[in-house]
Amino acid sequence: MSSVRVFVGTRKGAFVLDSDAQRKNWQVNGPFFPGLEIFHVKASPVNPNRVYASQASEWFGQVIQRSDDGGKTWEPVGNKFLYDGDPGTHQFYDGSLVPWKFKKVWALEPSLTEAETVYAGVEDAALFRSTDGGMNWEELPGLREVKGNLWGPGAGGLCLHTIIQNPKNPLQLFVAISAAGAFRTDDGGKTWLPINKGLHSNYELPDPNADVGHCVHGLAMHPSNPSVLFMQKHWDVLRSDNSGDLWHEVSGNLPTDFGFPIVVHAHQPETVYVVPIKSDSEHFPPDGKLRVFRSRSGGNEWEALTKGLPQKDCFVNVFRTAMSVDSLEPCGIYFGTTGGQVYASANEGDNWDTVVRDLPAVLSVEVQSLP
Amino acid sequence: MIRVVLPLHLRRLANVDREVELSVNGKATFASVLDALELAYPMLQGTIRDHVSKERRPYVRYFACGMDYSHESTDMEIPALVQDGVEPLRIVGAMSGG
Repeated sequence: MSSVRVFVGTRKGAFVLDSDAQRKNWQVNGPFFPGLEIFHVKASPVNPNRVYASQASEWFGQVIQRSDDGGKTWEPVGNKFLYDGDPGTHQFYDGSLVPWKFKKVWALEPSLTEAETVYAGVEDAALFRSTDGGMNWEELPGLREVKGNLWGPGAGGLCLHTIIQNPKNPLQLFVAISAAGAFRTDDGGKTWLPINKGLHSNYELPDPNADVGHCVHGLAMHPSNPSVLFMQKHWDVLRSDNSGDLWHEVSGNLPTDFGFPIVVHAHQPETVYVVPIKSDSEHFPPDGKLRVFRSRSGGNEWEALTKGLPQKDCFVNVFRTAMSVDSLEPCGIYFGTTGGQVYASANEGDNWDTVVRDLPAVLSVEVQSLP
Repeated sequence: MIRVVLPLHLRRLANVDREVELSVNGKATFASVLDALELAYPMLQGTIRDHVSKERRPYVRYFACGMDYSHESTDMEIPALVQDGVEPLRIVGAMSGG
């Protein structure tokens, strides 16, 4: 019988939530790495028992943990993230130049095709790759050559937080960086293009249409239609029908188009989910109502999904990597909040259950569907 | 043997008890003790000091015999009582927060 495993990274450790295909009764396992920030936990689609976790600490730095039994036991692997050559400088918040410096790993993306290959998105923004299960890491420096000297940090730092591999063309990768924008490689990471045409950052950039510098919060793709991308930008929800060559806004009737996560339904390429947040100055849901919005038309027309979610006095945030979908039928949707709640819907968002209510602030949610 | 006390998170990472024992060939400096520690427990590389520059991480401190040696040169010999195993070298996560 099918089952679901939800990996939750929090400010104070990782948790693994298990359920059968009904997704009603959950077993909460953890905390793993108690007391430490776990930015991201993700399993390999090639080897489902291989799981990576990014453990970061101001005190003791970056550690990458690896599990080969689905998250039951863990061992540290390589944590040496050295930029290729002299990385030079990038912009600071005030426009001054500061040296590039590794701080932590925001995103771990196991390869869709190679069991031992995993990508890491780091702060200060760069993409690293390991081909030996995380033991050794090498930077793909071509990314920083796309005007990296003009990139600057978002409020959370200069972080590469999203990595998407095209399942139909594994040499094509998409990444997103706050605040630099979205980028694409078509040759496995050697060379990169900025893919930010159509983005307008009227309040954040002196040139609202600049080719780099945009604060992209998240990207999403459906594996059956990889040329279509969805984006949650700082402000605006956008869509591209040509692998990011050109974007157009699909915010439509959203109550606010600021937010962080964006995901696509597992079986319906035109069904998209976002969690609107009031503004960049007020990181909580509008009107104290926690609402997921769903578009079944690839954007523009959105409906609020509220059943089972708090509809008054709710002032949590949902971070960019804290939302995910499973591949069961019907599709399950999951997200975690800064208040420590993890919510799950076993019916495409129509109804929501609270899986667990009092975890530390949730940084990431990833779901694994098991046969 | 030289005794080194590790903070909780590094004990868990290295899967050791509160205190580990190390032997150092030649002059026992702070650097050579840290080298020996990282050789015995490679998973600690990068968690106490930088991989390349070997600079102490900002929130890590080195205490021994009631003194703070965090800002001393790591080429300095560790105190005799630590070399003799009477006192431990304490690697400490700096106090921070409320």
